[in-house]
Amino acid sequence: MTVADRIEREIVVAAPAERLWEVLTRPEHVGRWFEGMTVQVDLRPGGAMVLANEEFGKFHAVVEQVEPPRRFTFRWARHPDTPVTEGTATLVEFTLTPEGDGTRVRVVESGFTLTDAVKVDQQRHAEANRQGWLQVLDSLRRYGEQHAA
Amino acid sequence: MSEQVSERRVGTAGEASEADEVFVALADPTRRQLLDELAARGEASATTLALPLTVSRQAVVKHLAVLGRAGLVRGVRRGREVRYTVRPERLDATARWLAGLAAEWDTRLAAIKRLAEADEPPRRS
Repeated sequence: MTVADRIEREIVVAAPAERLWEVLTRPEHVGRWFEGMTVQVDLRPGGAMVLANEEFGKFHAVVEQVEPPRRFTFRWARHPDTPVTEGTATLVEFTLTPEGDGTRVRVVESGFTLTDAVKVDQQRHAEANRQGWLQVLDSLRRYGEQHAA
Repeated sequence: MSEQVSERRVGTAGEASEADEVFVALADPTRRQLLDELAARGEASATTLALPLTVSRQAVVKHLAVLGRAGLVRGVRRGREVRYTVRPERLDATARWLAGLAAEWDTRLAAIKRLAEADEPPRRS
């Protein structure tokens, strides 16, 4: 079974989860790892988050889960100067897990196919077909390589 | 430092909207199945494609039209029927676009690691 429609990355950090929680959620830190962005965070479920960039505009986000020091999630508009709705935003999920003397940081960004045009369709088929389209992309890319004219 | 990390999304707006079209087209399981089938066969008509999918030929034609608008398949008239083939270019572009987003997250995670491991006390506000 392939995971569909998502990006998953992780890294192990030699710092306690509490320290990582600060880095992930305090605006002055977020503005450093989100390079080039000026960041505002209202750190509570439903709170507004704004990532502003002079060149590209303001990216709006809405905080969803705030469970220090384990889980921080937000919905993030895909395009600048656009409000967050189910049809226009992806879901970003940070999960912190203690590992040895450090912490594993996992980030998942998902929901790329959840645009307004396909939302209903997507809900209807969510359980009907677990085959990921990423797998399709892979098989088709191989096909393309084999059949390149 | 990379130039593109300040961007919400890598690539141009055009690439992002092309990726959107692909996501919409691939959100439907029947269309994914159709693409798979077409990739396996190389070239096929709507009638041939309808058989293993247990959907009507008309439904297949509609799905192929959506895939065609997203640039994922191409139809060429051969005598009395239209033969379809997969166009891999747009899929490749979408895969590259997604890989770019994944690379952005790697960059951010590396920055998070540096910040968290830096020996600076938590700031007091």
